[in-house]
Amino acid sequence: MMEIGLAHYLVVAAILFTLGIFGIFLNRKNVIIILMSIELMLLAVNINFVAFSSFLHDLAGQIFAMFVLTVAAAEAAIGLAILVVYFRNRGTIAVEDIHLMKG
Amino acid sequence: MVAVVFLPLLGAFIAGFFGRFIGDRGAQLVTCTAMVIAAVLGGVFFVSVAINGHLATVHLLTWIDTGDLSVEWALRFDPLSAVMVGVVTLVSCMVHIYSIGYMEHDNSIPRFMAYLSMFTFFMLMLVTADNFVQLFFGWEGVGLSSYLLVGFWYDRPSANAAAIKAFVVNRVGDFGFALGIFAVYEIFGSLQFDTVFAAAPDMVGHTTPFLGYPHDALTVTCILLFVGAMGKSAQIILHTWLPDAMEGPTPVSALIHAATMVTAGVFMVARLSPLFEYAPVARDVVCVIGGTTCIFAASIGLVQPDIKRVIAYSTCSQLGYMFLAAGVSAYDASIFHLMTHAFFKALLFLGSGCVIHALSGDQDMRRMGGLGRFLPWTRALMWIGSLALAGIWPFAGYYSKDVILESAWASGSGVGLYAFCLGVLAAFMTAYYSWRLLFLTFQGTPRASPETMHHAHEAPWVMIAPLLVLATGAVLAGRLGYNLFVGEGRAGFWRDSILVLSSHDSVEAAHHVPFFISYMPLVLGLLGIWAAWYAYISKPDLPGIWARNFRPIYLFLLNKWYFDELYDFLFVRPAFWLGHGLWKKGDGAVIDGLGPDGVSEATVDFSVIVSRLQTGYMFHYAFAMLIGVVLLVSWYYLLPLVW
Repeated sequence: MMEIGLAHYLVVAAILFTLGIFGIFLNRKNVIIILMSIELMLLAVNINFVAFSSFLHDLAGQIFAMFVLTVAAAEAAIGLAILVVYFRNRGTIAVEDIHLMKG
Repeated sequence: MVAVVFLPLLGAFIAGFFGRFIGDRGAQLVTCTAMVIAAVLGGVFFVSVAINGHLATVHLLTWIDTGDLSVEWALRFDPLSAVMVGVVTLVSCMVHIYSIGYMEHDNSIPRFMAYLSMFTFFMLMLVTADNFVQLFFGWEGVGLSSYLLVGFWYDRPSANAAAIKAFVVNRVGDFGFALGIFAVYEIFGSLQFDTVFAAAPDMVGHTTPFLGYPHDALTVTCILLFVGAMGKSAQIILHTWLPDAMEGPTPVSALIHAATMVTAGVFMVARLSPLFEYAPVARDVVCVIGGTTCIFAASIGLVQPDIKRVIAYSTCSQLGYMFLAAGVSAYDASIFHLMTHAFFKALLFLGSGCVIHALSGDQDMRRMGGLGRFLPWTRALMWIGSLALAGIWPFAGYYSKDVILESAWASGSGVGLYAFCLGVLAAFMTAYYSWRLLFLTFQGTPRASPETMHHAHEAPWVMIAPLLVLATGAVLAGRLGYNLFVGEGRAGFWRDSILVLSSHDSVEAAHHVPFFISYMPLVLGLLGIWAAWYAYISKPDLPGIWARNFRPIYLFLLNKWYFDELYDFLFVRPAFWLGHGLWKKGDGAVIDGLGPDGVSEATVDFSVIVSRLQTGYMFHYAFAMLIGVVLLVSWYYLLPLVW
């Protein structure tokens, strides 16, 4: 049986991060998916933190991961709140329709 | 002596700049007082300079002093300028006073009075000029005043058009005049009259290049200068502005377009007689142009329906007489006619002003008639003016016109004979159109509306009094002036101000012409009066029959020989076309297209392209950021590896 090492964690984190990025850029439908993709990227970062923390025997990484989770929760709350307000104002949350900055 | 020139300027200054504070009455008072003093001084000055012989040149200032060119402001007082100063100040004074009555209903009186006085100042500067540049200064100044006064009623489009026409046509003449002045400087190296005149005899036979070929220097110079005189004095080819200038108020027509400014050209030729005497070809040109204008303008005057235009064409024709005289070396006769003409033509114009005033502004003689009962004074005064104009003994015109025609005959040259024939024929026409005017205006049954006739009234005394003064001049000026100007006393009178070479002294010869020549103008004048009486009083339907039977000739004359149409076709339309082309194509397409408009359009196009990048989609911006991050990171990672 193969030993699961640091590299595996990093690869998983990298895959998750890339998925998050593509989730943002290829998504044409829903803003909520963008928010979820951002969560995914933050999780990828968290995995990196925890993996390195365990690898280097340094707790600071895990403490940092806790902070990131907190911030992510707050960010999700604010993001969803903005989304609700936006929906009330515009009646849609389709990404295609959000282009007020078009030149 | 200086006061006579500068008093009108002072009056113009006060009335022009402070008219708002001193009011209409104040402006009239100031300018008229200044003019009355100037006229009295002008009379004193005429006696002291011309009769008693106190010649003088008053140096005021140095104007230009650079290299070889030195020009002074100086007033030259000799008999020639004394005559002109006397005439100008007197007529101007009368016109100022007359304007008080004529312009009483106008709402910018101070401006009018200021312009009139300003004109008088420039005219006096012109006639007292001591050099060519000062002459040009006065010349342009009177042109400016004429422009301002013709366009005085600036709310009338026709007045503006006439003012512009007067200015533009005069520019053509002034261009020739300016070239003439340049030629004088080129040939003589000086612009002082005395220097130039002294050197003139030595220049006979010299040539100067003009338009690439050598020509006789004096001839070229004199013809160029005469082109200026043609413009100012409305001679044929450059005459078209004068009839249109009648759009101005009538006192203006009397002062500027009859008595003074239009005679500036004649004055200039007389002043430059020492040059013209040595340029026989140029004199022939002057004579032919003068004689042609004389008959041409008179023929148009025969059929014009507008009372002021008839007198305007008459002025044009009389100016032709003056040039005709100057062309046969009878400069003194031309100045004599200038003086008598100033009196009777100003009288006629101001009289027609009284008529127009009485009819509340109507100038069309077809709607006049029968006014004699309402305007007895005006009728009597205009009869005097017309008698003088037609050259009936013993009125002023008889003496001056006679001596001109006799000189033309006596000169013995071909052009002299040509001018004599045309002049005599024009004398007949002059009498005919003058009495046509009188009969149409004052005799017969009224053709104006009863309402207008109800308002018809004799002019106030402030308008009649100046006419009486001018009428006195029209009666006596010829008789009193004959001996001094052209008779026995002329050598002592003119002294050196007019040069006539004894070899062709036509005025001297004029005293020895055959009996029938000397009475021919008088006889033809009387015949003209009779013809007018026959056509307009005895058989009133005759003019209509003539107009129908000789319709082409009638239309040709009525349309002023189609000069306006010709110029419109030759110059005005091409100029408009060219201007329009330059405006649309040159300025609009090329300059604006490549300049401001082009740059702004290019900027807009470019911005449109750039703004396509701004899609407004959040993920595009985020993607751009990501690419940026990737590039940045790659740069810092890969650079050390490549290095």
